[in-house]
Amino acid sequence: MEHQNINLSLKVWRQKNSNSKGAFETYKVNNISTEMSFLEMFDVMNEELITEGKDPVTFDHDCREGICGACSMYINGKPHGPWEANTTCQLHMRAFKDGETIVVEPWRANAFPVIKDLMVDRSAFDRIIQAGGYISVNTGNAVDGNSMPIEKDKADASFAAAMCIGCGACVAACKNSSAMLFLSAKVSHLALLPQGDPERSTRVINMVAQMDKEGFGACTNTGACEATCPKEISITNIARLNQEYLLASFTADK
Amino acid sequence: MTWKQVFTSSVGKKLTMGFTGIFLILFLVIHAGLNACIWANDGGEMFNAGAHFMGSNWVPRILEIGLFAGLLLHIIQGLMLEMSNRSKRATGYAVAYGNGGSKWYSRSMGLLGTIILLFLVLHLSDFWYPNRSSQGFLLGEEINLFTKMQQEFSELWVVIVYVLGCISLGYHLAHGFQSAFRTVGVHNKRYNLMLMTLGYAYSIVIPLAFAMMPVSMYLGWVH
Repeated sequence: MEHQNINLSLKVWRQKNSNSKGAFETYKVNNISTEMSFLEMFDVMNEELITEGKDPVTFDHDCREGICGACSMYINGKPHGPWEANTTCQLHMRAFKDGETIVVEPWRANAFPVIKDLMVDRSAFDRIIQAGGYISVNTGNAVDGNSMPIEKDKADASFAAAMCIGCGACVAACKNSSAMLFLSAKVSHLALLPQGDPERSTRVINMVAQMDKEGFGACTNTGACEATCPKEISITNIARLNQEYLLASFTADK
Repeated sequence: MTWKQVFTSSVGKKLTMGFTGIFLILFLVIHAGLNACIWANDGGEMFNAGAHFMGSNWVPRILEIGLFAGLLLHIIQGLMLEMSNRSKRATGYAVAYGNGGSKWYSRSMGLLGTIILLFLVLHLSDFWYPNRSSQGFLLGEEINLFTKMQQEFSELWVVIVYVLGCISLGYHLAHGFQSAFRTVGVHNKRYNLMLMTLGYAYSIVIPLAFAMMPVSMYLGWVH
């Protein structure tokens, strides 16, 4: 596509802190290169706001190469914007037309309270991981990578689940604010490997309990999460998690 | 982990929905199969014999208690989950995600279920209650259920309400059939396609069979 500069209107959610009531504010951004990323467009706008002595828009970002899961913007009714299998930082301005109005909202879920503007607190995900998303290993010399044979199909399925970057788009897209796609990816990638086997039952039970405690909703298999996931995590993982939970709970000792 | 912990967790509540859903799916096959006897066109003889058996034999009467238990569990747990899920996002979005990522009926299971519940109240008070009360516990003369059906379905508005109830059921099943199996843990690729195809076929065939009953009575195809 030919390079060009475009002018846009941005309707951005502004909120001072988690206790205050937020509202939309409209900004005009001019001369935006279509080769800029969405976050770079925000950088340009924020520079202008700072020059004018105004408060710049706060948003979460880190690697800006689509692998850290920090960027979290709900753009025109879809987490991470209009492109498929994409993060906000990898969304480029050629996705938009000259003169378009873009609505940018933070992730909406009680479990993800807004810290400021477009930045939400996703530490609920960290606490879910802490509840069981790990394996116990003996310290000492590193074991040879090929010493434990793993079926190719299982290794691939495990890797596909491990692609999850924990961005929270699944929660943002779900009508129930359910974290099941995230949780199922974390449970699946360990349940499919021999290293994950020793803590298999306690892991799924504890992680589900923590997810409920954090205030996420229940899964109704609508598939909105899968459709918006930047890493294309399959909802098949959710069914696998359900099976893990069913087996773990029905075979529990007491 | 106690049973209470299992069935009060979000995944456990969904397991209840999935298992009772599959149970109700099985029930609908029996219900549709028995009712199809109206098309024997023998003045309702075969149908009435079936209706008499279902009401007088103790085996279906005991199964009926299980059916009502499963139905109530599905309704109550479903409504509670719907309310709980709705409460998880205090501030909504200005722009909705809409149909881009999911089908409208998969997001409307609570609404479709409520419509089916309202239909069910009407349906039970039309047939089940008058039939059962005449079959035993109120000691009356057993009613001719076939004639009762013909009377009910001679009114156009009743037929329309029944057809609308069947359409709601169809959409509820279009999502519910597959979703129930996913919820109880079926994730294998070899079953996914099979269940999806079977689910769509079921959600068309069964509601269509039910809808054709009042329609064919109204149009006088059954005698």
